[in-house]
Amino acid sequence: MATFESGLRYSESHEYVRTEGEYAYIGISDYAQHALGNIVYVDMPEVDDEVSAGEEFGAVESVKAASDLISPVSGTVVEVNSALDDEPELLNKDAFANWIIKVQMSDPSELDSLMDVEAYKAHCEA
Amino acid sequence: MNNKLYGKLIFELSHPGRKGCALQQLPASHHSATDLPAHLLRSAAPRLPECDELTVARHYTNLSHDNFGVNDGFYPLGSCTMKYNPAIDEEVAAIGAFAATHPEQAMHHDHPMLRIYTQLRQALAELTGLSEFTLNPCAGAHGELTGLMIIRAYHEHRGDAARTKVLIPDSAHGTNPASAAVCGLEVVEVRSLPDGTIDVSHLEELLSAIGSEVAAMMMTNPNTLGIFEPRVLDITAKVHAAGGLMYYDGANLNALLGCCRPGDMGFDVCHVNLHKTFATPHGGGGPGSGPVGVRKGLEAFLPLPYVMVDAEGRHRVLTRREERPLSIGSIGAYLGNYGVLIKALAYILSLGREELRHVGPLATLNANYVKEQLRDTFLLPIDRVCKHECVFDGLADKSTGVTTMDVAKRLLDYGYHAPTIYFPLLFHESLMIEPTENESKETLDAFIAVMHKIAEEAQSDPEMVKTAPHSTPIGRVDDVLAAKHPVTTYWKSLEK
Repeated sequence: MATFESGLRYSESHEYVRTEGEYAYIGISDYAQHALGNIVYVDMPEVDDEVSAGEEFGAVESVKAASDLISPVSGTVVEVNSALDDEPELLNKDAFANWIIKVQMSDPSELDSLMDVEAYKAHCEA
Repeated sequence: MNNKLYGKLIFELSHPGRKGCALQQLPASHHSATDLPAHLLRSAAPRLPECDELTVARHYTNLSHDNFGVNDGFYPLGSCTMKYNPAIDEEVAAIGAFAATHPEQAMHHDHPMLRIYTQLRQALAELTGLSEFTLNPCAGAHGELTGLMIIRAYHEHRGDAARTKVLIPDSAHGTNPASAAVCGLEVVEVRSLPDGTIDVSHLEELLSAIGSEVAAMMMTNPNTLGIFEPRVLDITAKVHAAGGLMYYDGANLNALLGCCRPGDMGFDVCHVNLHKTFATPHGGGGPGSGPVGVRKGLEAFLPLPYVMVDAEGRHRVLTRREERPLSIGSIGAYLGNYGVLIKALAYILSLGREELRHVGPLATLNANYVKEQLRDTFLLPIDRVCKHECVFDGLADKSTGVTTMDVAKRLLDYGYHAPTIYFPLLFHESLMIEPTENESKETLDAFIAVMHKIAEEAQSDPEMVKTAPHSTPIGRVDDVLAAKHPVTTYWKSLEK
């Protein structure tokens, strides 16, 4: 069964955000990796790329389907998790430990429109 | 298989120097070394398998025993309309005069093949409620691209080149956005409601925001969930009011064949898949064919070569732009896949207008019968009358850990082709069954019984289902390894 981590913010399209000051670590939830199944490829942006809330920033591909990654916040990519290039299955092993991109947020108030863990859990069960 | 020799790859049967036939030495006047430029010549001989003819014949005959087609058994591959290909269609297409005609021959004045072309395009126009068809596109997606090129040319001709966006529902076949992108158009997604139909209020929002940039909306009806779009007339009227055209993806036309027509629903351009709705073979037995129809007023944009009929009923093929200045031009060689066109016409004529009316209703009846018989064992996410196919979201009981993939693999052990799985993407465990109108109640009952049996096995022995298939020549394949490290040639597979 999918696990849920508290203290994070979640989007309807199953991305999570872990914040550290002005930085946001963005990944996919454990529920999302369960639904996708074995992940074989992660398409990530490059450092210094701009991302906008609600816009696509990459994609994850599993043996079942390819799914767009939608950024929950706006800002600049300062780091990408390049370990996922060779080992995309890290997302299956531990989706919360393996973030995909680190973003310097331009508008942290966007976090307010995201869900907390209880709301996200209800969203997944609906 | 105890006869191990024939469980091998052709490369493993190879012996250096063994030959199946003796090739003659080419005369000196035809020599590749002098006929071709140096940079195109091979530096080393190709590494081909070397076998005698009997070994080759046995190898491929044995391989063919591992194949599975509609003529082997039930093939409920959702979204693909795996109909039986009637023998009479094949017989007609194999008639010497048809089979031996070179496409170039048929390009000439009043060739009989051109009459077949006209007969088929008229039949398709009647069945879809559109004005005129081109039979040139060689596949469904090729038809989509052709249709979008026509739409683009139409807007450009009107001096309205700003229309570069195509509205596509999130439930669409993946080919729709792909075709739009190839045509240089931008894809804008229209959301679905929880019942799988188009969210018309979202469409309205999009039209009021970007209506003047919309070239067209692409729609499949019934949609990819097998559900008829109840507001289709409303949708086509709204898109037309915004100045856009409506494109009908004919992938699911089988559900409606003989009962209702895209033209009457307000569609301007559509493609039909002869290899689905009109019972010509898929894939290996193919090739495909994706004729495109247009409503009145768009005929001038149809591609070249164009088959013209003069006042005396004589046929002529127009190939030059000067003769058809608004045409989108050529989209492929000659006039499409002739053999396929003959089979489709044979199908239409052998059934006839009255019998064709039964196709859609029988396909719909079969799909609903399967749906109702399986709805307690499998999770039915959309509980309403479906059209030609039904979609389940995996087993109703998820506690065993047995997935849709496992059910599909286990079906192979029982001698069935698997249904379509993990499409549409709206559900996590999609399992999509399209029986087609051909199947008898006995066949459907036998399949339903096996589906119930697999659900029981998922309870009593989940591990066995998760490791299926157990009786096929190749067991469970490693999809992850194949996706991450694709090795597609024999010699590459030896490098480790």
